[in-house]
Amino acid sequence: MDSLFTLTPPAAWGAPLLVTALMLPVAALMLAFVLGGRHAERVVLATLPIGLGVAVAIAAAVLHQGATLHYDLGGWAPPLGVSLHADGLSATLLLTTAVVLCAVGLYARADFRVPSGAREARAPLAFWTLLLAVWAGLNAVFLGQDLFNLYVALELLTFAAVPLVCLRGSPQTIAAALRYLLFALLGSVLYLLGGALFYGAYGTLDIALLSARLASGDPIAPAALAAAALMTAGLLAKTALFPLHLWLPPAHAGAPAAGSAVLSALVVKASFFLILRLWFDVMPDPLTHLAAQVLATLGAAAILFGGILALRQARLKMLIAYSTLAQIGYLFLVFPLVASPAAAPALDLVQAPGAWTGGVLQLVSHAFAKAAMFMAAGLIAGALGHDQVRGLGGLGRVLPMTVFAFALAGLSLMGLPPSGGFAAKWLLLSAAIETGQWWWTLVMLAGGLLTGGYLFRVLAPALSTRGPPLTLVKPVERSRELVVLGLALCSVVLGLVPLSSFGLVQIGRLGATGIGLP
Amino acid sequence: MSSVTLFGLCGAALVGLGLFGLIVQPGVLRKILAFNLLGSGVLLLFGVIARRGAAAGIGSDPVPQALIITALVVAFAATVLAVALLRRLVQETGRDSLDTDG
Repeated sequence: MDSLFTLTPPAAWGAPLLVTALMLPVAALMLAFVLGGRHAERVVLATLPIGLGVAVAIAAAVLHQGATLHYDLGGWAPPLGVSLHADGLSATLLLTTAVVLCAVGLYARADFRVPSGAREARAPLAFWTLLLAVWAGLNAVFLGQDLFNLYVALELLTFAAVPLVCLRGSPQTIAAALRYLLFALLGSVLYLLGGALFYGAYGTLDIALLSARLASGDPIAPAALAAAALMTAGLLAKTALFPLHLWLPPAHAGAPAAGSAVLSALVVKASFFLILRLWFDVMPDPLTHLAAQVLATLGAAAILFGGILALRQARLKMLIAYSTLAQIGYLFLVFPLVASPAAAPALDLVQAPGAWTGGVLQLVSHAFAKAAMFMAAGLIAGALGHDQVRGLGGLGRVLPMTVFAFALAGLSLMGLPPSGGFAAKWLLLSAAIETGQWWWTLVMLAGGLLTGGYLFRVLAPALSTRGPPLTLVKPVERSRELVVLGLALCSVVLGLVPLSSFGLVQIGRLGATGIGLP
Repeated sequence: MSSVTLFGLCGAALVGLGLFGLIVQPGVLRKILAFNLLGSGVLLLFGVIARRGAAAGIGSDPVPQALIITALVVAFAATVLAVALLRRLVQETGRDSLDTDG
């Protein structure tokens, strides 16, 4: 049976692009680091559009061929070699990453400019190289097909993300970074332990081979159960799902705005992506049903807990960070909806794909909306000199475009039409009802109300016309406002696109579960 | 008891000790050391797995050994980053635990 899976699939056009997506940020990172000074920024800004082009090309190749792209590094097929792999989900996430990073790059130019007169400054060099490193880590996670390679990719991502938190160097941000690092290290070592157990039980770490061996080896070895549980626990610590979320709010709120946008929109999604891979691509279905309930219960707790805590925050950035906690919770509701026993017989019919598309849409629209929100908060904090929610009265009169962008992003987070968040939550709600799991709809609706509540706390005073006019400490550049607005519009426009055009995210999905069938 | 079982149990014990330390110890330096203990336990397990593969007759399984070397480098880098952050924290605030801040 094994020989069947080690066959190299026919070379598809676009497969070498996977290597480009991996190499481009790494090459740019080295170039930026060696050239240093003002060149680092130029290298990043020149590389980002190329990376966007590569991501678009990969998505086009996956969509055009309607199949997963494979690339065996060095021509060695697994189990001997390591392969890269891009299905619809990977392609979607590569594209999202590239779009968000392009926006972040344009936005961050003003914050991380080398001061005139100086040849090089520490914070800009660190920021631009770390941005490339985060990008490389994310692409490696999205393309990886080997559990150990994914471990290395996750670690690269962590090592790039942690210093982003403490770029300012204040004691609070260093403590936040250290806390983040400790959680992340615990997570990665648990993940590695899971990897060791998988290798010990099945002799491979390649996702496709492992899933085939798990499907054929009935009953499942207890080691595989322990491995999956350990890996999930480790990845949950990195995704900051309740109750392992303690590190996230101070870390995401303490980073500079551009860094927060990257961390909240993209970095936490990488480990979530691996949990998806683990339970839908590696583990056999019956086990996924069980795990799905646990994951979704934690997700539901995160939605409520994150929402309530966001209502109580005094600082705008802390509020947005707690909102990330709640929105991560929504992602975990995908598990029981996709893996529901009610949906399983009709896997290639309507139900399961709806929940899957909804989950991916939630991931993508949250990435755009949250990046826009953090960057808007950065503009507000820069213009007012503080980011106390209490002091935002009348903000809409002085920074209309920023507040508008913030509100648009909020629209998507709340799940109000027309927005990507609405389409996502609508799909998840209908999947919950179709599979007879109505209790998840209650959580989603309550979460929507809480989101409305904490955004109202910000927007109601910001849009009020009473009170003395605000004075700005520093003017806001129009171009940066436009970047934020563009990103917020992306998250809204996702909801206007007809749902049938999201076929991309389904590619490779049914094939992955059907691989063990005769 | 075969040496594989013995080393396997040692690895498990190290993992348990490390996990306990990482969660319970308040000082960050102790947490970092506990992380290293935990990591060593995991790597020892990888070694046991390589040896077990050898017992099954496929020579000494080289894959886990390669993984160990990579994971060692990663764990070393992680430790360096953590210690650097801790040093900076101590310089700035004079305390070496994360408990006091909310």
